[in-house]
Amino acid sequence: MAKIKSFADLKKIKEDVQSQVALREKGENSDNLVKVRVAMATCGIASGAREIMTYIIDECAAKGVENVVVTQTGCMGYCYAEPTIEVVLPGQDGVVYGNVDQKKALEIIEKHIVEGTLVDGIIPQTHKTIE
Amino acid sequence: MANYKMQMLVCGGTGCKSAEADGIVTNLEKAIVANNISDEVQVLTTGCFGFCEKGPVVKILPDNTFYVQVVPEDAEELVAEHCVKGRKVERLLYVNPDTKEIISDSKDMDFYKKQMRIALRNCGLIDPDVIDDYIARDGYQAIGRALTEMTPEDVIDVIKDSGLRGRGGGGFPTGLKWQFAAGYDADQKYVICNADEGDPGAFMDRSILEGDPHSVIEAMAICGYAIGASQGRVYIRAEYPLAIKRLEKAISDARDYGLLGQDIMGTGFEFDIELTYGAGAFVCGEETALIHSMEGERGEPTTKPPFPAESGYWGKPTNVNNVETFANVPAILLKGADWYSRIGTERSTGTKVFALAGKINNVGLIEVPMGTTLREVIYDIGGGIKDGKKFKAVQTGGPSGGCLTEKDLDTPIDFDNLIAAGSMMGSGGMIVMDEDDCMPAIAKFYLEFTVEESCGKCTPCRVGTKRLHELLEVIVDGKGEMKHIDELKRLSRTIKSASLCGLGQTAPNPILSTLDAFYDEYLAHINDKKCPAGQCTSLLSYYILEDKCIGCTACARVCPVNCISGEVKKLHVIDQETCIKCGACYDTCKFAAIEKR
Repeated sequence: MAKIKSFADLKKIKEDVQSQVALREKGENSDNLVKVRVAMATCGIASGAREIMTYIIDECAAKGVENVVVTQTGCMGYCYAEPTIEVVLPGQDGVVYGNVDQKKALEIIEKHIVEGTLVDGIIPQTHKTIE
Repeated sequence: MANYKMQMLVCGGTGCKSAEADGIVTNLEKAIVANNISDEVQVLTTGCFGFCEKGPVVKILPDNTFYVQVVPEDAEELVAEHCVKGRKVERLLYVNPDTKEIISDSKDMDFYKKQMRIALRNCGLIDPDVIDDYIARDGYQAIGRALTEMTPEDVIDVIKDSGLRGRGGGGFPTGLKWQFAAGYDADQKYVICNADEGDPGAFMDRSILEGDPHSVIEAMAICGYAIGASQGRVYIRAEYPLAIKRLEKAISDARDYGLLGQDIMGTGFEFDIELTYGAGAFVCGEETALIHSMEGERGEPTTKPPFPAESGYWGKPTNVNNVETFANVPAILLKGADWYSRIGTERSTGTKVFALAGKINNVGLIEVPMGTTLREVIYDIGGGIKDGKKFKAVQTGGPSGGCLTEKDLDTPIDFDNLIAAGSMMGSGGMIVMDEDDCMPAIAKFYLEFTVEESCGKCTPCRVGTKRLHELLEVIVDGKGEMKHIDELKRLSRTIKSASLCGLGQTAPNPILSTLDAFYDEYLAHINDKKCPAGQCTSLLSYYILEDKCIGCTACARVCPVNCISGEVKKLHVIDQETCIKCGACYDTCKFAAIEKR
């Protein structure tokens, strides 16, 4: 373990280890964050939902988009359009996107999550999430 | 570092650990490997979540799913369903007992809604054995800021302005205490952390040390800087093995990082901490007795002054604070005195941790802002009284405190209000009693404790508590007379005014407060020779009801003294002379044919 020789050293270590507790802090504070739910039932996983989930998490981290909490959920019922993800901005109703590939995911991050504008590929909702 | 998508936090407090939390961790890890998701999901052991009633608890993040009463065998299903398929395991979710609604996010549970966590800010969130977890949560930032940007006087001023008062029970202003210790010149000074938590049913300090040991270490170093001490000691009872283990690991990690030792963060400030084990004597929570015990002397209090601030450990200026008091300090320094003093009431700022115990639905560890009412704590957070029974009293302040009743339920909790209501804050034990509890017997229970724990140094406490206990014994045995009540009162007054330390001065409180609030129960024991709560065995008898007994012989078979006679399918009879009133027959009878009166 390297010695902490100054207050600056400590701050540096904090930056390095911040991500260890980031998930936990997000959970505590999830009401104020953008929620992204990835449908991860058999149909979703078979269509690559797991890869999309990892991609969204990594891409958000790489872009420094920190107000996002990515969780998984069961089948939303749109098996014809897997992978599907639901994006919920704080205080708003959720929006479901279907057939999400990496390109679409990137667009959703850049436009919907960061700028708050909807992008193409929205599935009209036939379900309601009960929190 | 692996970028985990999900973290599974398993409570590693003493309560959940004794309920096989370790087995849960092992099985979760196995299942994660089996499902090939080890680089996505991480299992962590944390400190106490507080919801001990439904432990062991497993919390999954970031979706904040709160699973209760998990057993090691559930691990596979949790991983396969929740982690892999994204489906919640409903049978393990918490069910609101009133609405029967299933709650998955802990933030929606009544238990957590009214809580505010400052001293417990990291408990149940970080792995107490990982110093980096603490650092990631602003750990050691407060000492860093103090050493680089503040003078010792500045630090003392912030603590004074925050209004923080001692959480061990006394409620003395912490900043003032630090100022006194800082005011004496000496070649060596000491900072002592009092972890001699001794109230029956209290486990606040243990949970903080088990769940967030670094917060106490950091605060002790801050205190050392403020008063000019380079040595810290934690006086901890040997019966807290897990807290000791985690604290030792934390101290050793802090040393490795250079956060304890010489020239901390290159500022020239030196501070280190050692542990001293106590043998678990209640009186050693009193600071002078604690210091004597640390010096290898008998754990007996001495008169103040001199206060430890002037002449404490080895005759040197010493500052003694309780664990919870220390746990608040780093947060105050980082967020400011203004922030802290706006929480709570005017003269009792901040929050207080309570250990809820007794006849309450949600037994556990909670932290609420000062000024929260007892009703909110007992009914909203605590979920009300067990088995739908009627609330009778809540005991605060342990053996030094008193009982508060129905009329006090809307009193906002703070140091001064509880004293005005005839009890005290104490260290935070809160024992809830229902209609089945006999108050003279409760008073006797606490007196048994003080008789046992009196150090024996001064006569009023040593002899007086023993006599009080004998008087109570006479009353609950049904041999009491009205003169005994007067004797109880007179003796209590003498003990309170003539004892040397807090133990004796407060020992009669359980009697005085129950005499005040439940005088008619004492009268019933004395005049009617009855125990209204049906607890005092000398005052009740068991009878078999003629119309209900079917002669199944179950009672006769469990009776340990063979005092029940009767033939099969015929009425049985209890011989009152030989009956020892153990109640075994009463519990066994399936036909409600046995009555106690």
